[in-house]
Amino acid sequence: MTAVDTPPAAVRHRAAATHRLLRAARGDLLAAAGAAVLLLIVLAALAAPLLAPHPGDGTDATHPAQALLGPGGDHLFGTDGVGRDVLSRVLYGARTSLTIVVSVLAVSALIGVALGAVAGYAGGLVRDAIMRVTDVFLAFPALLLSVALAVVLHPGVQGAIIAITASWWPWYARTSAVTAAAIRSRGFVDAARCLGVPHARILLRHVLPNSLTPVLVQLSLDAGGIILTAAALSFLGLGPQEPTAEWGLMVQQGQSLLTTDWWVVAFPGLAIVVTAFCFNVLGEGLRAVLDPRREAAR
Amino acid sequence: MARYLLRRLAQAVLVVAGVVVLTFVVMRLVPGDPAVTYAGPRATAAQLAQARTELGLDRPLPVQLWDYLASLARGDWGTSLRTKQPVLDDVATAFPASLELVGTAVLVAVLAGLPLGLLAARRGRGGADATVRISSMLAVSAPVFLLALLAQNLLATKLGWLPVAGEYDPELDTTSPLTLFTNVTAVDALVTGNWAVLGSTLRHLVLPALAIAAYPTGVVAQMTRAALLEEAAQNHARLERALGFTRWQVLTRFSLRPALGPVLALLALVFAFSLVNAFLVESIFNWPGLGRYAANAIRSSDTPAIAGVTLAVALAYVLVNLLVDLAQAALDPRVRIG
Repeated sequence: MTAVDTPPAAVRHRAAATHRLLRAARGDLLAAAGAAVLLLIVLAALAAPLLAPHPGDGTDATHPAQALLGPGGDHLFGTDGVGRDVLSRVLYGARTSLTIVVSVLAVSALIGVALGAVAGYAGGLVRDAIMRVTDVFLAFPALLLSVALAVVLHPGVQGAIIAITASWWPWYARTSAVTAAAIRSRGFVDAARCLGVPHARILLRHVLPNSLTPVLVQLSLDAGGIILTAAALSFLGLGPQEPTAEWGLMVQQGQSLLTTDWWVVAFPGLAIVVTAFCFNVLGEGLRAVLDPRREAAR
Repeated sequence: MARYLLRRLAQAVLVVAGVVVLTFVVMRLVPGDPAVTYAGPRATAAQLAQARTELGLDRPLPVQLWDYLASLARGDWGTSLRTKQPVLDDVATAFPASLELVGTAVLVAVLAGLPLGLLAARRGRGGADATVRISSMLAVSAPVFLLALLAQNLLATKLGWLPVAGEYDPELDTTSPLTLFTNVTAVDALVTGNWAVLGSTLRHLVLPALAIAAYPTGVVAQMTRAALLEEAAQNHARLERALGFTRWQVLTRFSLRPALGPVLALLALVFAFSLVNAFLVESIFNWPGLGRYAANAIRSSDTPAIAGVTLAVALAYVLVNLLVDLAQAALDPRVRIG
C-alpha cells in the first residue's frame, strides 16, 4: 500500500458498478425478475388512477348492492364487503405501501447515515454516546417499538411512517459507523487532514460518499421487511385507516370472510407477498454484486 | 473471560436503563390527558386534580421518571385499565404461553432450517439450491398473519384436521384438571402426567407454531447456506478437498461448526422477532399469551398494559442477547478480545 492511497474515484467506481450489475443480472435471473416485477408495481402504483377499473373505489366510494361479487366480469378480483372493486383497491394499496417504504427508507437512511458517519469519524466519546443510544433502540425488537409508538401516535400513513422509522434508523447508524471508522484510518483521509481540510468537509466529501455502498445494499434488503411491518401495523389496526386502501388493512377486514369469499383476502395478501419477495430477491442480488466478500463465497 | 463478562454485564445494565427511559418517553407521548382516562369522562375538576396528584402528573418530568424507575424496581408496573389487574401479574400469567408457542416455533425453525441450508450448500448452484433459496425467500416474504389465517381457515375450519383456536380443549378443565407449576401448559401436563391435556395442547400448538416458524425457518436456512458457502471458499476447505474428502464430508465435518456461530447469533434476533410476530398469531388463534394480551390492550388503548408488554419483551430480548453473547464468547475466544 502506498503512503497515500488514491480516493476511489466516484465516477469510475460507479461505471464499474453498473457494469457489474448488468453482468450480474444475466447471472442472477431471479434478482433480475424481481427488479422487473418491482418496476411494474411502481408503475402500477403511479398510474393507479388510470389503471384502476373503478378509481373511486380506491378511496371512499361504497356500493353495498354489489357487495362480495366473485372475481370475473367487471370486477376482475371481485368486490369487498361494501361493494368496492378489489383490483382498484389493490392498485391504490400499492401507492400506500410504496409511500410508506420510500419515506421510511429515506428518513431512516438520512438520520442513520448522518449520525453513523459522525460517530465513526469522530470516534471516542461522541461515538460511544451515539452508539449507546442506538443500542437502546436496537434493544427493542423492531416491530415491538413500532407497535408501541403507533399506539400513541395518531393512526394513519404518517403515524405508521414515524413508528417504523423509529425502529429502523439505528441499523443504518450502526452500519455506517463501522464503515466510517474504517474509512477514517485510510490514507486519503489522513492526507486531507494534513492539508488542513476542515472536519465537516472531510466528513461530507470523503467519508460519507464512501460509506454509502453498504447502506444501499441494506436499503433494498430492508424494503421487504418494511412492507411486512407496515402490513402488520395495519393488521393490528394501527396503520392507515379506512377508507385508505392498504393491503394489510384489507386482509384484516376480510379475515372473517376467508372461507366464503376468499378473494377479499387473497389478492391483497398476494400483493404483500409478491412485493416483499421481489424486494428481498433484489436485495440479495445487489448484496452479491456490491459486497465483494459475499461474492467470493458464491 | 471475567473481564468480558463484567464489561458485557455493564453494557446490558446501561441498555436496560435506556429501555426504561425510552418506554417512559414513548408512553408520555400519548395524546390526551392520562388523568382523564384514569378518572373517567364525567369526572369533575376536583376529581381530575386528585387523579393528577395520584398519578404524579403534577410533578416535574425527571421526578416522574425517577418514580417510574423506583416503582418498576418494586415490581409495581401499574394497573391495566382493561383487566384492572396489576400489569406485572398479567404479563407473568401470559408470558409462559407465549414462550411455549415461540419456543416451539424456533425449535421447528432450527430443526428444519439447518438441514435445508445444508442441503442447499451441498452442491453449490443447482436444483436443490434454487428450490431452498426460493422457498426460504418466500417464507420470509409472507406476512405471518396471512399464513396464520390461511392455516386456520384451510386446515382447521374447512378440513377439520386440527383445532381452530385455543390452547387446549376447555372441557378437559373439568375431566382432567391441570396442576400448574411453570404455567407452560405442555410442560406442566408432561410433568404431572396429564396425557389428555398434553395431547390436546400439542394438537392446538401445531398451526400457530407453524405459522410463526415460517419466517425463522427461512432465515436460518438462508444464513446456514451463506455461512457454509463462505466456509467452503476458505483455504482449509480447499486443502481438505485436496486430501480426498468429498464436498459433503468437508461441509459436515469441517465447515458446519464454524458456520454455526453466526447462526447462533441470529437465533436471539429471530426469537425476539418471533415473539412479536406472536402478537399477530395469538389473537388469530386465541392463544392465551402475551400477544393476545397486547392485541387486546391495543384495542382498548390500555397504555399501562402496552408499556408493560413492551418493557417485558425488550427486557427478555436484552437477556437473550446477553446469553447468546456469553455463549459465543465461551465457544470462540476471538469474541472475548474483540
